[in-house]
Amino acid sequence: MAKILTALLAGIIFGVGLVLSQMVDPNKVINFLDVTGHWDPSLMFVLGGGVITVTIAYRFIFAQGKPLLDDDFHLPTMLKVDKKLLIGSVLFGSGWGLIGYCPGPVIASLGFRLDDPLIVVVSMLAGILLYRAVSTS
Amino acid sequence: MENFTPYSALAGGVLIGISASLLMYLNGRVAGISGIVGGIFNRSTWAEKAWRIAFIIGLVLGGFIYAHYYPVSIVPREFITTTWLVLGGLLVGFGTAMGSGCTSGHGICGVSRFSLRSLSAVASFLLSGIVTVYIVKQFVGA
Repeated sequence: MAKILTALLAGIIFGVGLVLSQMVDPNKVINFLDVTGHWDPSLMFVLGGGVITVTIAYRFIFAQGKPLLDDDFHLPTMLKVDKKLLIGSVLFGSGWGLIGYCPGPVIASLGFRLDDPLIVVVSMLAGILLYRAVSTS
Repeated sequence: MENFTPYSALAGGVLIGISASLLMYLNGRVAGISGIVGGIFNRSTWAEKAWRIAFIIGLVLGGFIYAHYYPVSIVPREFITTTWLVLGGLLVGFGTAMGSGCTSGHGICGVSRFSLRSLSAVASFLLSGIVTVYIVKQFVGA
């Protein structure tokens, strides 16, 4: 039960961070990617703020040996850069550039609008399940 | 440069970082949204699904709470049709599942561990996003 509450709390903080940083505004995201035109570097500060915070925090956290409520840190075991990683990321980037939504912001957007984000979230879930169907067949 | 908002962006980024740090410190989990969502559909235990669902509910709740106090207004982009949204959503879902992560899992958590896989993923999706926006602009002239 504790792990469910901590996940809920982390989710709330994450959601507030996404709205405050305006990652939930597709125009802002597209202007960030529009380096040859209306470039808005703001989202670099979002990434920077997140990376600096986590880099420092992870050092202390991993030094603890294990998390407070679990027996192990669950980290990715795959270390090799492979074609799947690169092709998948290129496909994701093209969708991101097309609509200006990535997974976190589009879900957090459901907290205040239900038109476009709902269509994107449903399609995104379909995309995840489609990949699973294709990759296991 | 358009509507440059470095302070709110940095503050929001730090909040996202605090959330990711809490999730690792307490639960030992990477705060990667596409991975958390994907895991809900795995054949796994109820406990494994429950924390993921709780995090996603929190994400929506966070958006709701913020917008309740500070209304969010987003200018709609007229040329974006439902077909575009569906195609974009499919690409985002398929791509993050295939590439094992998105802007949060690779972009924040992975980069913070100096993971070569995450750094390669971030370079790929940033470049691909930039090229896509450039191509779209040639068509819609925005």
